[in-house]
Amino acid sequence: MFQYWNGYLFVALFIILGILLPVASLWVIGPLLRPNHPTQGKRTTYESGLEPFGDARVRYNARYYLFALLFVVFDVETLFLYPWAVSYKRLGMFALVEMLIFLFLLVIGLVYAWRKKVLEWT
Amino acid sequence: MWHWEANPLNGPAVLGMVIGGVVILILTLLVVMYSIYWQRKLIGWIQWRIGPNRVGPFGLLQTAADVIKLLIKEDVVPEKADRAMFLLAPIIAFVPAFTVLAAIPFSAHHVFTANISIGALFYVALSAITIHGVMLGAWASNNKYSLIGGMRSAAQLISYEIPLGLSIVGVVLMAGSINLNDIVEAQAKSGLWYVIPQILGFIVFMIASTAELSRTPFDLPEAESELVAGYHTEYSGFRFAFFMLTEYVYLFAMAGLFATLYLGGWSGPLLPGWLWFAIKAFLYISFQFWLQATMPRMRVDQLMSFSWKVLLPLALVNIVITAVVKAFV
Repeated sequence: MFQYWNGYLFVALFIILGILLPVASLWVIGPLLRPNHPTQGKRTTYESGLEPFGDARVRYNARYYLFALLFVVFDVETLFLYPWAVSYKRLGMFALVEMLIFLFLLVIGLVYAWRKKVLEWT
Repeated sequence: MWHWEANPLNGPAVLGMVIGGVVILILTLLVVMYSIYWQRKLIGWIQWRIGPNRVGPFGLLQTAADVIKLLIKEDVVPEKADRAMFLLAPIIAFVPAFTVLAAIPFSAHHVFTANISIGALFYVALSAITIHGVMLGAWASNNKYSLIGGMRSAAQLISYEIPLGLSIVGVVLMAGSINLNDIVEAQAKSGLWYVIPQILGFIVFMIASTAELSRTPFDLPEAESELVAGYHTEYSGFRFAFFMLTEYVYLFAMAGLFATLYLGGWSGPLLPGWLWFAIKAFLYISFQFWLQATMPRMRVDQLMSFSWKVLLPLALVNIVITAVVKAFV
């Protein structure tokens, strides 16, 4: 039990180190080394040398949302497959049939999306 | 000695953990430095050039010089950017990149890394958080190139994460465990690396991992010629360096995952475990640079449909074949 938690304590340590490195180099050491003279010209948005116009936060392609929805469906499926794969040896034939049914239902979903031309990027 | 698995946890074990974490951090930074050097050298040779050869012997200190240069550059924040988000984004991208290394077994005993029971899942779950950092940085920049690059990046990463996760399921089926160390031990015991029985899953993994790393031919999020580096157009100085660092830390982590899942990780004859691991990881990293020197960039419509129409069905077929073979053999 203790060994189990020790592993995650180690992960927590990695997270702390991962935060410390950028914080130390960007907010502690960085300001001592780098110059800081913000001028108006520097602070304009880069647009290949032209005067920037408008705002970047405009409406964009709704296709991104469709892919995000599909992603949620299939990612949850992947998540269900992991515990199944681990205990597959113990469950035997029952697990195989169950999973084939599960995959079949999902493939129907994929075929539906395919036929509806959701997977096309045009 | 300072073994972190001490039960209950005592002083030396905590000290061992801290030393382990710091060693891995330094090791990671060194690996990143020299994989950038190796990238420039290898691509130089492929293109009949010499590559970096001025700073230090054989140009070995070139990357160190580049890092120092970035450190002393001004940190410009655009006027229209969302300041807090803009400053925070590189850190959100970097932290999970480093944390996934905690689950990778570098040698037979977890000396410097954690032995957690859900290793493979841990990798997939944490690496998804980086997308948030990239999206946040792209949106906060308030730059049109950045926003397009960020959206493309998110769409690409989520599309290719599914074949990647499904191809790992094949390996988990073979080994009967998600613990990365158990997977290596199962391969060592059977004497057959999973690259052979899982060849279909291996191909899917290689393609999907290249896309996850946004490397050529899938480098659309950063397409220099059309998007001016995409999501990090507005970033300068060391904040830009952290985005680059994230990218190369993932290259290293993915090389570790590749070695662990398909090439038997630290297992191998004669040589010590960590050396085998290093050789296999080096193979993957070199393969990525080779691709970069030889492949053109894909189109965005090809990219998206390739993941959903080719890789996803292939990964599902791989799982079904593995399960059926496993049930009857």
